[in-house]
Amino acid sequence: MASQMAIFEEEQTAFTQICERLVRDALAKAIFIVDSDGQLITATGETSGIDTTGLASLAAGSTAATGGLAQMLGEEEFPVHFHEGKRNNLHVSLIGDFLILLVIFDERSSLGLVRLRVKRAYNDMDTVLQAVKSRSAEAKDQANDIFGEITDDDIDSLFNDAF
Amino acid sequence: MSFINYAQREIILKIVYYGPGLCGKTTNIKFIYSGTNPDARGKLISLETKQERTLFFDFLPLSLPAIRGFKTRLHLYSVPGQLFYSASRKLIMKGADGVIFVADSQRARKEANIISMEDLKENLLAYGYDIDKIPFVIQYNKRDLPTAMPVDELREDLNAESKYPEFEACAVAPDGPGVFETLKSVVKMILMELKKTK
Ligand SMILES: Nc1nc2c(ncn2[C@@H]2O[C@H](COP(=O)(O)OP(=O)(O)OP(=O)(O)O)[C@@H](O)[C@H]2O)c(=O)[nH]1
Ligand SMILES: [Mg+2]
Repeated sequence: MASQMAIFEEEQTAFTQICERLVRDALAKAIFIVDSDGQLITATGETSGIDTTGLASLAAGSTAATGGLAQMLGEEEFPVHFHEGKRNNLHVSLIGDFLILLVIFDERSSLGLVRLRVKRAYNDMDTVLQAVKSRSAEAKDQANDIFGEITDDDIDSLFNDAF
Repeated sequence: MSFINYAQREIILKIVYYGPGLCGKTTNIKFIYSGTNPDARGKLISLETKQERTLFFDFLPLSLPAIRGFKTRLHLYSVPGQLFYSASRKLIMKGADGVIFVADSQRARKEANIISMEDLKENLLAYGYDIDKIPFVIQYNKRDLPTAMPVDELREDLNAESKYPEFEACAVAPDGPGVFETLKSVVKMILMELKKTK
């Protein structure tokens, strides 16, 4: 389990910029990118009042369950799914094999518009995802520089305040 | 697979509580929630049945102080222990950095513990993980019960070669002996593992 996922400033910024544009173009309320293990990568738009960490873990769980359903039905994935509410709607789509894009919108927008804009933004997001992947060796080196020096005391002190 | 965010300067570790139905996984997580400083914990999410059995997972995010300038965040998950939720258990294991196996000390759960341990090994293998190579600890829970088996017997069943660190616990007691010790131990193993990849 020593494998690692890492994201650097440049790609984080690139994702955020794409999402900021998408929020405007799709007339969305908020947009999140989450990785398939449930970690939040970016949050854009009206995100205050939302428990973003919890949202990321539930989105990943629900996407994993949906993927499991797809496989049971002989599909590789359901790459796009949609939840319709009274006021808010959630459009979920997979980016590559690794990221989940969540678009929250209300009556100011429509499913058709969101779908169209998400499709248009897909290539840009996939490009950034490829950049993230191509830097995995670099990420590993940096992690080694940082965590290779940890001492027992460092680890013990982690728990002093929290519990 | 630990997640390092260089932009936010944080590292996220995913830790999964595994074990047979009713062994006390959710109770461990609830105890940790109640025993953690409110600033250090996020919202506890429990996806459970009407009978309070875990249906999909429990999720508790914790933030620890920075280590080498990186905030350490723990994402604790528990799997649903009931046998027929096998597919969900497997999904939740994905990307785990460390695993805590909670055993139920009651004699009546002897078989259930062994079956759950086998199930865990299979699910780990499905993702290419070897239980002997990942950060893994065992907790013998429900030590308070008169029907609890001796620890030697539990060890014989689950940790015969004493390869894994083990802790005795009573997650339901007000002071939850063993609960934080178990968690700290697996976090320590994960961080040591990160160090080793050097
Ligand atoms: N006596 C005693 N009871 C415990 C202990 N830990 C948990 N319990 C009880 O065991 C029952 C089941 O606990 P849960 O934490 O819900 O079990 P679980 O492992 O999450 O079960 P599933 O969600 O079905 O997988 C509850 O009634 C708890 O109060 C313990 O240390 N001692
Ligand atoms: Mg439970």
